[in-house]
Amino acid sequence: MSTQESYVTEDGRTIGPTVMEMKNITLRFGGVKAITDISFDIREGEIRAIIGPNGAGKSSMLNVISGFYVPQEGEVWYKGAKRPPMKPYEVAQQGIARTFQNIALFEGMTVLDNVMTGRMRQMNAGLLSQAIWMGKAQQEEVENREFVEKIIDFLEIQAIRKTPVGRLPYGLKKRVELARALAAEPSILLLDEPMAGMNVEEKEDMSRFILDMNDEFGTTIALIEHDMGVVMDLSDRVVVMDYGKKIGDGTPDEVRNNQAVIDAYLGVAHD
Amino acid sequence: MGNVQEKVDREVLIRTLEGEESFRRFQPAAAGEWEEYILAQSSQATGGLASVPALLQRNATLYADKDAYREKEFGIWQRWTWAETEKEIEALALGLINLGVEEGDFVAIIGRNRPYFYWSMVAAQSVGAVPVPVYNDSAAEEMEYILGHCGAKYAIVEDQEQVDKIIEIQEHLHQFKHMIYIDPRGLRKYDHHALHEFSHIQNQGRAAYDEWITDLQERRAKLTYDSTCVMLYTSGTTGKPKGVVLSNRNVIESAKNSSEFDNLGAGEEILAYLPMAWVGDFIFSIGQAYWTGFCVNCPESPDTMMTDLREIGPTYYFAPPRVFETQLTNVMIRMEDAGPLKRRMFRYFMDLAKKVGPNILDGKPVGGMDKLKYKLGEFFVYGPLKDTLGFGRVRVGYTAGEAIGPEIFEFYRSLGINLKQLYGQTEATVFITAQPDGEVRADTVGVPSPDVEIKIADNGEIFYRSPGTFVEYYNNPESTASTKDAEGWVATGDAGFFEEGSGHLRIIDRAKDVGKMADGSMFAPKYVENKLKFYPDILEAVLFGNGKENCVAFINIDLTAVGNWAERNNIAYASYQELAGHPKVLDSIQSHVETVNKSVAADPMLAGCQIHRFLVLHKELDADDGEMTRTRKVRRVIVADKFKDLVDALYDGSTTVSTETEVTYEDGRKGSIKATLELRDAAVVSTAAKVAAE
Repeated sequence: MSTQESYVTEDGRTIGPTVMEMKNITLRFGGVKAITDISFDIREGEIRAIIGPNGAGKSSMLNVISGFYVPQEGEVWYKGAKRPPMKPYEVAQQGIARTFQNIALFEGMTVLDNVMTGRMRQMNAGLLSQAIWMGKAQQEEVENREFVEKIIDFLEIQAIRKTPVGRLPYGLKKRVELARALAAEPSILLLDEPMAGMNVEEKEDMSRFILDMNDEFGTTIALIEHDMGVVMDLSDRVVVMDYGKKIGDGTPDEVRNNQAVIDAYLGVAHD
Repeated sequence: MGNVQEKVDREVLIRTLEGEESFRRFQPAAAGEWEEYILAQSSQATGGLASVPALLQRNATLYADKDAYREKEFGIWQRWTWAETEKEIEALALGLINLGVEEGDFVAIIGRNRPYFYWSMVAAQSVGAVPVPVYNDSAAEEMEYILGHCGAKYAIVEDQEQVDKIIEIQEHLHQFKHMIYIDPRGLRKYDHHALHEFSHIQNQGRAAYDEWITDLQERRAKLTYDSTCVMLYTSGTTGKPKGVVLSNRNVIESAKNSSEFDNLGAGEEILAYLPMAWVGDFIFSIGQAYWTGFCVNCPESPDTMMTDLREIGPTYYFAPPRVFETQLTNVMIRMEDAGPLKRRMFRYFMDLAKKVGPNILDGKPVGGMDKLKYKLGEFFVYGPLKDTLGFGRVRVGYTAGEAIGPEIFEFYRSLGINLKQLYGQTEATVFITAQPDGEVRADTVGVPSPDVEIKIADNGEIFYRSPGTFVEYYNNPESTASTKDAEGWVATGDAGFFEEGSGHLRIIDRAKDVGKMADGSMFAPKYVENKLKFYPDILEAVLFGNGKENCVAFINIDLTAVGNWAERNNIAYASYQELAGHPKVLDSIQSHVETVNKSVAADPMLAGCQIHRFLVLHKELDADDGEMTRTRKVRRVIVADKFKDLVDALYDGSTTVSTETEVTYEDGRKGSIKATLELRDAAVVSTAAKVAAE
């Protein structure tokens, strides 16, 4: 499955070697098995989707990747090394950023400030310098603001730059969250249901942003999504989960023709 | 002083390179004298300043370090001085030559207002090509018509969206060669055989400087007062768009006359936000900007226009009535939500402003107490309000294109904003009439602009002749001949008359729309429609009745205003359609219609145009559906045809009608909406009774 040679996709993007590999992950909450013995990999520059019906364990999987949950069994390999159990912030420091299913922004702060928080990892000025805002702190702020402005331009949210996030409609909040994640210059971006609750037009916009992000910044993207149409159009490879198990893995076409996947989605009697 | 001498030396050098003897002889003594000399040269329209590229050369010397363009990008106003602008345009022009652009080629320019596109126009002119700006929201087939009609070989476009449109129609455009885009986003994977990035073209131009600079200079030197400056497609309320060819003479003379009329100088600031394909934007952002050397500011995105307007605080501003209407509606809506003290203050000072504001603006005598109170109002209300609207520094403001509601017009004037009206069209390079300072009224369009002659035909149609009169419609001698006669008089298609006493022109309607009712009385739809549109909750109105016994009307509600009203009155609605059909909305529209009828009846000539029956349309008239032009003028014939069932129902007396209408979404897909509409009768003032009463 995880060959190491780079290849070029039909639409001209280069997919590199594996950057992250999940090996036989099992996650339990008490007696409940949320994830059972799942293995898959994410390659550099690809858009990797995790799909499955409600309760299949998709979000749990994403939380394992982001370090929020520590699996009882199995190993997470990142950039060729086995990752020890980590706190989420340590994972973030390694270059893995995420968005949340139920939006986690600072409601009272402006869009600009929210996106700036995504640059935390790039700010190293000392406390004193920060407090009097001179020297390194000032220089850092200018540099980071410039980067953030490029993201704002990229996601076309200039008009709401100074608007408090609490006043924004849902679709725009999602976009702001994406901006914040992108501001961290992640090597892997995890998107938890980026299109949930959006209308067709918003979904189209979001899809375009995801594709452009991947294209423009070369960001590796792992996303969870319910909307099958969107997933099949966007992704290079898809992992399908059902009841905590992996039931399919491959290109959208392979997955689409996989009998187990069809059964899971259309429903068959479970003996 | 040394600086001036340096500039002069440079100018002499440039002119020498271009082989112009006259400039070498001049040795100026002082800065003022130099400026005077330059202006004297230009007003005589000598060889040196007979084109926009020549004006650019002058500005790059005269105003070298002054800002020529600003664009907000990445949250900061990026600036280019005139000297930098000249370098950017030169690099692009060299790049265009390098790409193979030849003299006489047409270069389509498709994008929103950005410095790059203004540079593109001047660069195209510099190499002897003709820029053709196209509305960037046009659908692909509209672009296909224009690009096919002029045979454009090149296009400079903004982004992926426009690139995709051109690629879609490219197979029908056999002459088409290369496309240049500004924003590379999403385009990396495209086939780049005939597709180039703007900055690459400029870099290639810079690299090939030695190879092409002589060629460029020769081409630039060949431009005369009679060379084509630009070709603009008129939106065309009827039929296909026509390409209006404007010469350098048209553009430069119009820019010069109008700048002098309003004392525009190099210190003005304007915000360029109106479509680049529209003649007004070309004259303001290129004609006048290059003539006077003022600065053109481009907004960050269409959505940030209001914020950008505030940040720039333009001194010279133009907007169609719709923009002023929207702004006023927003102010009023926000005042409704303000605290009681603020509301009372606003009301008190606005009443005062209404009474004395316009007089103070016109310099007419006003009582001392009122003057004092107005000053106080300026501090508490007018000043902050103007600042919020972005009009704090406006010295000259214009509105044109449609009639503006007297209340709206007075509102802005009473705040002390010098808002005026002008009347013009593409074929005249904008200016036909304009209101001089101190003679401003809502119901006239002013006196003839400098050097413009006007005559009125027997049927009321307005004809004009001026240095701005267009050269021809491209590839369309029949239309040219039917619009412009041998003596140079151009038919405007508008009916109007000169007011006795003031000498101001008043417009009644489109000449072809003015018809006759069955009883022979005059039918002037726009006159009535405008009266309706002055109500904030009516966005559009279309009157029918030519050749009929009486008149009927379609009405479009304004979603912002009516939606706000519904919210305040606890009226729930799920869609535009539902709100438009709400009985209370219909009641309120009916009362407006009846008030308008009374006002129309007061004019014996037009009393026949009272509205007997009306309906509120279930969808907004839209340019995407072809019901309006891109400049948002109603296409009467198309509307009448498309909604024929509704017009018939209005005339046959039925009280409801079911209909299905096709709609086009922004991405070109089609759908349809069904609705059952209520038709209402409106009370009319009987003209017979009126005669009896008198």
